[in-house]
Amino acid sequence: MIKGKFIDNLPKVYGIYTGGFIGFIILMAIGEQMGMTAKAIGVAFVAFTIFIYALIGYLSRTAQADAYYVAGRQVPTVFNGMATAADWMSGASFVAMAGGIYFKGYGYMALLVGWTGGYILVATLLAPYLRKFGCYTVPDFIGTRYGGNLARFLAVVVLTVASFTYVTAQINATGTIASVALDIDFKYAVYVGLISILLCSMLGGMRAVTWTQVAQYIVLIIAYLLPIFWISNKMGAGFFPHFMLADEVARIGELEQQFGFVKNSAADLATVPKGLAGITKAHSAVNATPWAFISLALAMMMGTASLPHVMMRYFTTPSVKAARKSVGWSLFFIFLLYSSAPMLATLSKLSLIDPTLSTGIIGKSFAEVQSIDWFQNWNQANLMFISDFNGNGTLELNEFFMGGKAVVLATPEIAGLPYVISGLVAAGGMAAAMSTADGLILAIANAISHDVYYKMIDPKAETAKRLLVARLLLVIIGFAGATIAAMEIQGILGSVIWAFDFAMSGLFFPLVLGVWWKRANRQGAIAGMALGLGSAIWYLVWVRTGGSGFLGLSQLTFGIFGAGVSFIAMVVVSLMTQEPDKATQKMVDEVRIPSGRTVTGK
Amino acid sequence: MSNAEKHWEKTRSLLFVTLAIWFVFSIGIFLFAAEMNEVTGPFGYPWTYWFTCQGSLGIFVILIFWFANRQEKIDEEFGFNEREDG
Repeated sequence: MIKGKFIDNLPKVYGIYTGGFIGFIILMAIGEQMGMTAKAIGVAFVAFTIFIYALIGYLSRTAQADAYYVAGRQVPTVFNGMATAADWMSGASFVAMAGGIYFKGYGYMALLVGWTGGYILVATLLAPYLRKFGCYTVPDFIGTRYGGNLARFLAVVVLTVASFTYVTAQINATGTIASVALDIDFKYAVYVGLISILLCSMLGGMRAVTWTQVAQYIVLIIAYLLPIFWISNKMGAGFFPHFMLADEVARIGELEQQFGFVKNSAADLATVPKGLAGITKAHSAVNATPWAFISLALAMMMGTASLPHVMMRYFTTPSVKAARKSVGWSLFFIFLLYSSAPMLATLSKLSLIDPTLSTGIIGKSFAEVQSIDWFQNWNQANLMFISDFNGNGTLELNEFFMGGKAVVLATPEIAGLPYVISGLVAAGGMAAAMSTADGLILAIANAISHDVYYKMIDPKAETAKRLLVARLLLVIIGFAGATIAAMEIQGILGSVIWAFDFAMSGLFFPLVLGVWWKRANRQGAIAGMALGLGSAIWYLVWVRTGGSGFLGLSQLTFGIFGAGVSFIAMVVVSLMTQEPDKATQKMVDEVRIPSGRTVTGK
Repeated sequence: MSNAEKHWEKTRSLLFVTLAIWFVFSIGIFLFAAEMNEVTGPFGYPWTYWFTCQGSLGIFVILIFWFANRQEKIDEEFGFNEREDG
């Protein structure tokens, strides 16, 4: 069926894979008709997809440094785009984003703008130049451009702080989904998730992660889009929801006016289970100040351009030109999901609150709502809650509470879609969380094995030994992440946003100025990284412990402060110290020209 | 001015143009979010809502491809394009 080199056959391979996956969905749908239980379908979906990823991971095993660190630099643009999109869209994007839009409306949508707009910065300021540089890791660029072990080490520190904050959230998400789908305790499910993640990356490093991420993207995008189109058509809202939901958005506005946003008393709210929220903000009205919106978007954009697990995906393209195009494809594939999340939020909200729809529950009697099957299920899962605060026996808008995850997880069931869709959604969420976790763990392990072990401790180490160290680190970091995830310290989204702020505080300006400002030198970069990250951590601790903050920068946007400090420190210290030597300046000139050998000579 | 310097100058102008467009659709328009949302925009959505859902995001996608093509032209003009390509 398949002849010749794997790379030449990619469209065919993934075409067959996609067909096979759709076949599997149909098989499960038939199984459901024939009496397969909901639980069996859930287990089958999650187990089957993990098995496929593990198989791809095994087939991509390698013993070469180039393949392990940068997938042999031969990943075509479109496929690298898909892999980056999977790398990028985390469990949080998949499970929590539509929920965030559902509850917070406009103020939350700054994240949509920020998490896409950041790619403009990636494409114009960094990706092509770092590709030309020819490094294996992001700290490799910092270390070579600025010279010296301290600069390299600080870059590893920033990378580790940012990525590790992020990865615990992802392992947590895989654990949550595994525990629901496989019906096991969360404490064990976290390790099931971790082992699945390691199966994808351990044997083949970046090469294996690349090809599993492409497979995971296909699963997650089908799992996200199929229910939205189905629900929209079933509700009669339009066959292509993205272009046809204006009436529904307007209708939600009307209903909000009609019901009004009644504020619950603190005593009433105290009875609501933790993590659940009511609808308190308008769906499509502007409910945040310009600065609140812009500062959050800006922080996410600069964070995007500083996160090493994204940047390193562009090291794998065959050329500089391909790296640029590949950023475009990445954003296109991300756009497919992000532009759909608000549509899902709209459909979900309208189907719940519109009394004229059969699924609407607002305005019904409590007894009636409590007898609905899906309400009982999700109430038991601790994701839905109602309480008759005013004692009139009818459910009001302010008496209905839901968890953010429920928008993605429960809407298919509310709309009356078959259970096979819920199984598919679980597999999609698993794919999203796994692919991001893989990228992050690999970024940390590669930075420590390449930059700390190989470049600083044992530069004479042989390839076999280097890769052994890299794999060992992968396991250690994975287990550390899982152990922290098992402690359940923090919600999924909180720590994700912190990762962006940490990354931009320490890495944005050292990376950008490394390419765009020849005068930037080692001392400047060291000051920029150390003071940037240091001040960001200080600000976060200050705000968390009751500090008032300034400029309206919150614990979500403290990276703007950190990056500001980093920029000033870097420029001032660079100008106060000697300019970089001739060799370094020549290196920067080389980076700016796409043609020729890479700067590191590989 | 050497070939490389001219190339860099053009590259830099392209960067500024790209970042200016980026600035407008990621930051600029949201300064007027409240006013803009009063007006009906594409497909019948309010303008600001549409920008946050689809507009800005879609413009970013197009902008990157446009930028990549322009940069390739610049590279070719100065003979810095990569020959062997995958």
